[in-house]
Order: sequence, then C-alpha cells, then structure tokens
Amino acid sequence: MTLHMLPYLLAFLLLVVGLYALVAKRNVIKIIVGLLVMDYAVNLLLVLVGYRSSGQGAPMAPILTPDLTPADIAAHAVDPLPQALILTSIVIGLSVTALVVAIAIRLYDRYGTFDTGRMRNLRG
Amino acid sequence: MRGMSLIVKNTTRLVAGFIALFGAYIVLYGHVTPGGGFAGGVIVAGALVLVVLAFGERFSREVISHEVVRTSDAVGALAFLGVALFGYLAPNAGAFFANFSDFLGTPGNLLSAGTIPISNLAIGVKVGAGLFGVFLALALFRRHGEQRLMVPDAGRLDSEASR
Amino acid sequence: MENLLPLFVAIPLAGGFLMPVLGRLFGPGRASAVLPILMVAGVLVLAVRLVLLPDAQTPPYWMGAWDFPLGISLVADGLSKFVILLVALISLLVLIFSIDYMTHYTNPGLFYGLFMLLLAGMNGVVLAGDLFNLFVFLEVAGIASYALVAFGTEADELEAAFKYLVLGSIASAFVLVAVAIVYNVTGHLNLAKVAEALRAGGGLTVPVYLAAAFLLMGFALKAALVPFHAWLPDAHPSAPAPISAMLSGLLIKACGVYVLCRLVFSVFAGPEAFGIILVVLGTLSMVLGALLAVGQADLKRLLAYSSISQVGYVVLAIGTGVVALAWAPAHPVLLPVAGLALFGGLFHMANHAVFKSLLFLCSGSVEQATGTRRLAELGGLGRRMPVTAWSLRAGALAISGVPPFGGFWSKLIIIIVLVQMAVGGHWAFYLPAGLAVAVAVVTLVYYLKVQRDVLGGEPSEATARAREVPFAMCLASVVLAVLCLASALLVLPSVRERLVDPAVAVLKAAVPLPPASDAEPSTVALDAAGRIP
Repeated sequence: MTLHMLPYLLAFLLLVVGLYALVAKRNVIKIIVGLLVMDYAVNLLLVLVGYRSSGQGAPMAPILTPDLTPADIAAHAVDPLPQALILTSIVIGLSVTALVVAIAIRLYDRYGTFDTGRMRNLRG
Repeated sequence: MRGMSLIVKNTTRLVAGFIALFGAYIVLYGHVTPGGGFAGGVIVAGALVLVVLAFGERFSREVISHEVVRTSDAVGALAFLGVALFGYLAPNAGAFFANFSDFLGTPGNLLSAGTIPISNLAIGVKVGAGLFGVFLALALFRRHGEQRLMVPDAGRLDSEASR
Repeated sequence: MENLLPLFVAIPLAGGFLMPVLGRLFGPGRASAVLPILMVAGVLVLAVRLVLLPDAQTPPYWMGAWDFPLGISLVADGLSKFVILLVALISLLVLIFSIDYMTHYTNPGLFYGLFMLLLAGMNGVVLAGDLFNLFVFLEVAGIASYALVAFGTEADELEAAFKYLVLGSIASAFVLVAVAIVYNVTGHLNLAKVAEALRAGGGLTVPVYLAAAFLLMGFALKAALVPFHAWLPDAHPSAPAPISAMLSGLLIKACGVYVLCRLVFSVFAGPEAFGIILVVLGTLSMVLGALLAVGQADLKRLLAYSSISQVGYVVLAIGTGVVALAWAPAHPVLLPVAGLALFGGLFHMANHAVFKSLLFLCSGSVEQATGTRRLAELGGLGRRMPVTAWSLRAGALAISGVPPFGGFWSKLIIIIVLVQMAVGGHWAFYLPAGLAVAVAVVTLVYYLKVQRDVLGGEPSEATARAREVPFAMCLASVVLAVLCLASALLVLPSVRERLVDPAVAVLKAAVPLPPASDAEPSTVALDAAGRIP
C-alpha cells in the first residue's frame, strides 16, 4: 500500500460511507443523501482513473488551444475519456435523484412519515 | 407558493437575465471552452428556478407555463435525435451521429466542429426545460385530494418529518 | 442492414420523447396507443430481418463513422439477435394488452413514453459493444422501470418503487466502479478490446478479480439472483400488469442474464470460478424462489417468486456450460455437454419470457375483472372468463414443465445436462440435478394451486360479476398462449439452427480451447476490423 494508492482508497471509503447510509438509516431523506454520496464517490474514482501522474512534466487539461499541437496533448494531458464518462454519470445521477425525490415527496403524502420502519405494507 | 421579499424580487429582476445569458454563453461556446449543453442547460434552469422562487408560482402560470416547459423538453430531445439521424446523410460514409466534415472550420472558432454546436443547443434546451420542469413538478405538487399546496411557507420546517 | 442497427434504439427513443406530448393531445383514450404500436411493430420487423441474416452479414456498426478501435460500436452477433427478437416480440404483445388495460390510468401518454424508453434501454443493452454504453442503456432502462413501477402512485407502489430504486442504484454504482477499474487495468472500454487485453495481460489479476466481483454483484442484482433478489417480490407485483410482464419477462433477462453471459464469456473468457459461482447462485435462486412461492397469498407475488426460481434454472444451466467448457480440456466428453447446457439455458430463458409475461398479463386480466389479487378471494373464473382461463392454464402448465409445452423440453434438457455433468465431470453435480427435479415438482404443485384457487371452485363475491376482458387483452393472451406451445418447436433442428445455435456458437467460441480432435474452432484472434472471425 504505497502512498500513491491513497486517493483510490479514500474514494472507496467514501463509497462505503454512502453504502452505510443507504443500508443503516431509516429516514428516507438520509437514504437519498447516501445515494448521492455513493454517486459522488464513483465519479471521484473515475476522475482518479483518468489522472496522469507528473512523470513527464505537469499534467494539463486536454484542451487544444491554438498554441498547442496534438502531440503535446498526447504527451501531457490527462485522459479525457473518463471525463466524458463522469459527465454522463453525473447526468444519470441527477435523473435518479430527481426521480427518488419525487417518489419521496409522494411517499410522505401517502404514509405521513419519512420513517421507512413504518412503511411495511409489503410483507412476506 | 408565495414569492419572497422586495429585496429579493428587485435583485432577481436585475440578475436573472444575466444568469440566463451566461448559461446561453456556456451552451453556445461548448465546443471551444469547457461546458457544453448540459452545464449551460443547468445554469439556464437555475435562472428560471430563481425567478419562480422570488416571484411565486404566478410566473410559472402566466409567463412560462408547465405545458410550454414540457413541450420544449420534447422538442430539444427530438432535435438531438434529428441531429443524430442527420448523420446518415453525411457524404462518403454516412453513419449514425456522423459529424459533417464540410463545415468544420478551424478549431477554436465559434463556427466550427460541424454538428456539435447544434447538438449542444438541443441538449441545452432539453436540460434547461427538463430541470425546470422537474422543479415545477416537485414544488407545485398538490396533496392528494386536497387543494392546498404541500410545500410549507418559507422558513417553517415540518417538525414531524425530520429525525 | 447493419446501417439500421441504431434504429433499434432510435425509434423507441423518438417514441419516448414524443408520447408525453402527443398523449396530452389525444387525451386518456385509446388513441395514444397507435403510434407506440406502430413503432414497436417496426422494431419487430427489423428484428426479424436481423435474425434471418447470418452473423457474417451483420458486422459491428461503428457510430459516427469512427472506426475500430476508437469508436462506439453496436454489435449484433448471434446472442444479441436472439435476445432482440425475444424483446421485440414480447414488447409488442404486452403493448397490445395495455391498450385496454391503461384506460384505467389517468395518463396513458406518459405510460407509453416510459414504456418506449424502457424498450430503448433494453435494446441498447443488448446491442452495446462497449462497457460504458452498456452502463448508460442499463440506466436508461432502469430509470424507466423505476418510474413505471411507481406509476399508479398508491402507497404500495411507491414503497416498492423506492426499494427497487435504492437497490438498483447500488447495483449501478457497483457496475460503474467495475468499469472504472477495467479501464484502469486495460485502457479500453470496447468489449472485444477488453477481452483481448485481458488475455494478453496474463489473465486474471487481483484488480480484474475485483472488477469481476463488482460486475457480478451488480448484474446478479439486476437478474434477481439470491441473495440479491429482495427488490423483486415487492416491485413486480406493485407495477401495473403490463409492466410486471415486461419486468419479469424481459428486463431481468435482457439486463441481467444476457449481460452476465456476455461478460462471463466474451470479456472474461469463461473462467471456471465464475461458472461455479453461477451454478451456486442459480441453485440457490431456484430452490428459494420455489419454496417461498408456495406459501404466497397474493397471485402476483407468487408469480414474482416463481420468476426468481425460473431465472435460477437459466443461470444454473449457463453456469454449468461455463464449468463444462472449463473442464473440457481435461474431459473431452464434456464438450457437447457444454453446448447442450448453453442451449438449454437460452431455451429456458426464451420460454420463461413467454410464459411469465403470459401469466402476468392473465393476472392483470383477473385483477381488472374482479378487482382483487388475493388467491383466497378468487375462484370460479374458469367459467366466467373462458379466454383468460385457458390462457392461464396454458401458461401454468407450460411453466410447470408439462409436455408438449416448451417448458418441458427446456427443463428436461437442463436436468439431462446436470446428470451428464455429474457422471462425466464431478459427482457434486448430482445435487443441483436432484434439486432441479424437486423444484420442478414444487413448481407444478404451486401452479396447480393457482389454477384451483383462481379458476376452479365456486365463484366468490368478488368474481360473481366478472366478465371477460376486452378484445385486445384477449388477443395478447391468446397469442402468448399459442407461443407457449410453439416454443417447443425450438427443439427441432431446423428451427434451432436458425435461432438458437448462432447464440450458442458465439458463447462457445469466446472460450479459448486447445485444438481438439473433434474440430472445434480454436479462437479468438480479432481480425483487423475488430471482429471475431
């Protein structure tokens, strides 16, 4: 476990924190927050996967400004593909969050409480 | 929902237009600078949400109704699909989502990159309308069977719900 | 033809965006069903044309004309074609059923929009040629299904949708973590390139095992294997009946079992450990689903537990195929057993899609006619609703494995394969074989109970005024009942060679075997265009 693995371990730790909130909390809003934390943790992991270490000079953003050539980008820039993956993942996370919040509002309307311990209509 | 105080309303009158303009800038320059359709769309939706929060739901009934929002949502999505299908007509190997090489300008200009700005515009419209529609659907939800609004007045939290 | 592959996703997506707008124009009547039915019929025609072409004529489609290895591809090989045909056919029949069923809900335009999004997501998952697009379309189908489960916005449906959403999101997060790890290890996302890189990189190292574990956990949850099944008995009964049919009949297979096959075979090249895991999970699901189904009092909940059990059969068969292929170099007699196991698994998957959607549609008819789903309150519908009654009987007999329905053949093949593995491979396979036979008997028991409780006896007060359901619902039920009988035809060699054998060949070809004396092709060098020759 060298030090350069530390960011990855912290991202996994954040994932576990989100997962804990999802399984151990009973309030619907806290479960939604756990869902959000899990999504952020996975996006963070994708950012870390795309990072290029400073072996050949400082890493830079993969933007082709007029004073750079594609060879410079290939040699120094961080990987742009995980950034596209993260953007898509953020949008998907946003959609799921909107849906779960809408469901939570209607759950409160039907059950009168946010406590999942009291939502036990489905059993067996 | 009711609006907010006079200070908020006047500040919103000054600022909301610039926020929407900034969002439009992010959308239109999406192929040159970071941002693009989704980020710009979120900013535009933010401006609209600010106006509704400051002025109350009268804005969403009289100026931009929920119907308009849903229709522009669908129009943005169908425009994006149209751009994708348009790629079939691209010369020498048309394919789904192909970018037209004819009007590729020099990278770095506003008018460049083929069909990407059009896609950005469609996505900006869709995301802006979509997020604003989500906000309207959540904020204007009426309790089942009753006519009063479910969202309480600003400042008072429902104490039974929080644990 | 390959130019038209994106249309499998584009047509339902267009429908998904158009339908909420058009639905408000047409109102809550039946008119809003016309466009979705036309679109899904178009997709079915495309699927039939696709299946009739051999694999050599449908190479991967590169989107945006960006070629291998940079671009995003849509792959239609034998396995994808088989599943796409199944998805299109069942979707059309369920859609015909929902013309009349959805008149009881306030916003059918929204329903059809979400339905088309679900179909677009499933088609995308089946056709995706790289890991990330698989994830994106998985999420599209998932979000559509969460919203559809909550469609009636009653208390039960919302609670079930919330539970389904939370568990499904955990699965999706795990899948995305696995995609990140795979990208880190191999540097590619294209399924073919990942397979090549994994084979070149010296097989399975610890990060690859971690990624495989996350992938298996995520997709086992989507396929509702025990112990990841907790969402299914709540979500499937609470959804409207056409959506229960789509979820139980198609979603757990297209997004669960199919992706497991694709990953275990085409990406990881069928290691023995994965096969044993699939065998164990399959056996557990098979047994637990059947045992829990016997005591259910709610018709749709019983059908949901039965789904868990039957998917357990499918996964058990596929896992047996993986193990047989892994043991084949040492025991060459197991090579045809592997082919038969994979055929049995895919055959049972198709069978179960037909039977379970028929059973859920019949339960929807029953619920619409009588207003209840509880078995104790039903009875005597055999005379009052003849079409539904005969369709329910056909579905129940088929899924219990009664000849000449197709279910008998697929279960027989699976049991034969397990016995052959026990004799030719390892004696431990006698246990799944015995359990498969026992569970088949238990399945027959609880489906006989269903038929007696729902159709037999005297009419209760809930069913006394029941009338037969409208024509469209009857039509869908009858066609599916005929398909229950017709699926037995998949055993015939001429039909099987057209439909199922290409799928089995794709799976077998993905596992590298040493050149054997019975001329099995040794695989898998990708040619210059990134295809498996």
